[in-house]
Amino acid sequence: MSKKVTFVDTTLRDGSHALKHAYTPSLVSDIAKGLDECGVPMIELSHGDGLGGSSFTYGFSKTDQFELLSAASKVIKNAALTVLLLPGIGTIEDLKRAQASGAKAVRVATHVTEADVSAQHIAAAKSLGLTAVGFLMMVHMADPSRIAEEAAKMESYGADYINLADSAGYLLPEGVAERIEAVRSAVKIPIGWHSHNNLALAMANSLAAVRAGATYVDGTLRGLGAGAGNMQIEVFAGILQRLGYDTGLNFYGLMDLAEKAVEPIMLRPQTVDNGSLMLGYAGVYSSFLLHVYAAAEKYGIEPRDILVELGRRKMVGGQEDMIIDVAYGLKNASA
Amino acid sequence: MGGVAVNAESSGRVKVGIIGPGNIGSDLMYKVRRSKYLEMGMMAGIVESEGIRRAASMGVPVSTEGVKAVAETEGIKIAFDATSAAAHVKFNGPALKKAGIISIDLTPAALGPYCVPSVNLDKLKAEPDINMVTCGGQATIPVIYAISRAAGAAYAEIVACISSKSAGPGTRANMDEFTETTAKGIELVGGADKGKAIIILNPAEPPLMMTNTIAVRVKDASVGIEKIRASIDQIVSELRSYVPGYHIRVPATLEGDRVTVIVQVEGQGDFLPSFSGNLDIINSAAVAAAERIAEGMLREGGAKQ
Repeated sequence: MSKKVTFVDTTLRDGSHALKHAYTPSLVSDIAKGLDECGVPMIELSHGDGLGGSSFTYGFSKTDQFELLSAASKVIKNAALTVLLLPGIGTIEDLKRAQASGAKAVRVATHVTEADVSAQHIAAAKSLGLTAVGFLMMVHMADPSRIAEEAAKMESYGADYINLADSAGYLLPEGVAERIEAVRSAVKIPIGWHSHNNLALAMANSLAAVRAGATYVDGTLRGLGAGAGNMQIEVFAGILQRLGYDTGLNFYGLMDLAEKAVEPIMLRPQTVDNGSLMLGYAGVYSSFLLHVYAAAEKYGIEPRDILVELGRRKMVGGQEDMIIDVAYGLKNASA
Repeated sequence: MGGVAVNAESSGRVKVGIIGPGNIGSDLMYKVRRSKYLEMGMMAGIVESEGIRRAASMGVPVSTEGVKAVAETEGIKIAFDATSAAAHVKFNGPALKKAGIISIDLTPAALGPYCVPSVNLDKLKAEPDINMVTCGGQATIPVIYAISRAAGAAYAEIVACISSKSAGPGTRANMDEFTETTAKGIELVGGADKGKAIIILNPAEPPLMMTNTIAVRVKDASVGIEKIRASIDQIVSELRSYVPGYHIRVPATLEGDRVTVIVQVEGQGDFLPSFSGNLDIINSAAVAAAERIAEGMLREGGAKQ
């Protein structure tokens, strides 16, 4: 019997950061259609910061989120169109409208130690008949036993599976494995993994997660995503195929889709540039990167200094507003 | 409202009740005891609790009969509701109204109009039930109002960051109430055409002070940053009269039509630790509102005597 891994593509969500939230209905429709035809079971589409993320702080979406969902929903035949929701940013009202626009699943994301803010949204998702995923971000900031407790809370709220996210791309493979194992022993539901490539370990970490028992993995075409990007999904499809896993994916189809639909729209190559490296090194939320570059230019300071200070202050996902605070403080300190 | 000219005769203070002896209610009690215009008439809960025992040990009349006890206590003119939105709508709001007691509602129920003291208290003096919006609303709406009166506000957005330790179970169980109520307050009191609110909990140790980022798309950027800053400074000095720990971390900047300001709120450390600026500011605002109402009552009462 072959081992099974379910792929979750988040090109249309995490990838939104890399495109500065400029997806259009036609781009979304090309990529969603391609992913669906290649057999990807879950396609996540939202502003990078989830439903309701369009803002000064995180960047305004070029196209309304519900319009993008409708465009994807029209071309998807088999996959579950999935949205991301961060309680505190998105609301149940947003979720209802997303469902009306075709969403079938929601991943409710909280900081790794704050799972209890997801109770309301997971319960609402279940009562709307949606698949609900408990999504813990920045898992490098808590030890395995604490993560296991938080995951168990999400299971108790009704989550269908738990996803751990190394949002800063900070962890090394051993740190990934021990976290997956701790959660496995604490919950009965499946576990998934989301990586960022800031230390060039997205692939190795995804493999470590699967070997430790994760049965869902997140990735994006060409790795399009925040910071140095995510795990490159077409590559991982190839790796798992070679290892004899049942992925249900069309490997060549994914490669072609990445080349034809994603490569031409990328604003910058998804490499480990210095800023991305510092995200992974200092443990900073990956989507801060482009905002840090903008603030560094505005205040005339070194982006790496801003990133190190953000890491020192233990800023969490969603605190992009503090980039200006840090830049202003550093500028004044040097004046 | 009928009845005696308050019970101002003996103490020169107006008696208040607090419903809900939790963290918020206990902190309110400390603030009331410091007030020149208010005195504690009753701390009421629905079960025996640490908060009830604490109030009793400080010589405050206590009851586990909830709103009923407050409504029946002779001389109470104003009551703070520090329970939940559901309890305020179903029980406390109607019972207080019936007893002729003014409600200062710290829940997100919003039966009555929103009150942000530095902006609209004067307009609300005659209301029987006033709502204190949210902690994030109290911390940001004055600044949004200041920007909107100077340059107009087509859109205003806030990001409130509070430490995990100062986010109680009520907030955690209902994040949408915070974001939706704050956004509505930004529009109705702040004067923005469209409001948006984001809340972030940060677990760092030692706990971070409450920090709020305010970003506004102004209608008339030609007003210039100096006038906008002057308008903000004026309202901040008013705010500081009831929240001394309020200060600007990053002064307003204008880029295109976007104004950005970052403020920090350090609590007074009455009952709650000073990093809980979020709880301090909503309580301070509630007490400031009660004091203004009480002041009016005392003046009126004095004139009648």
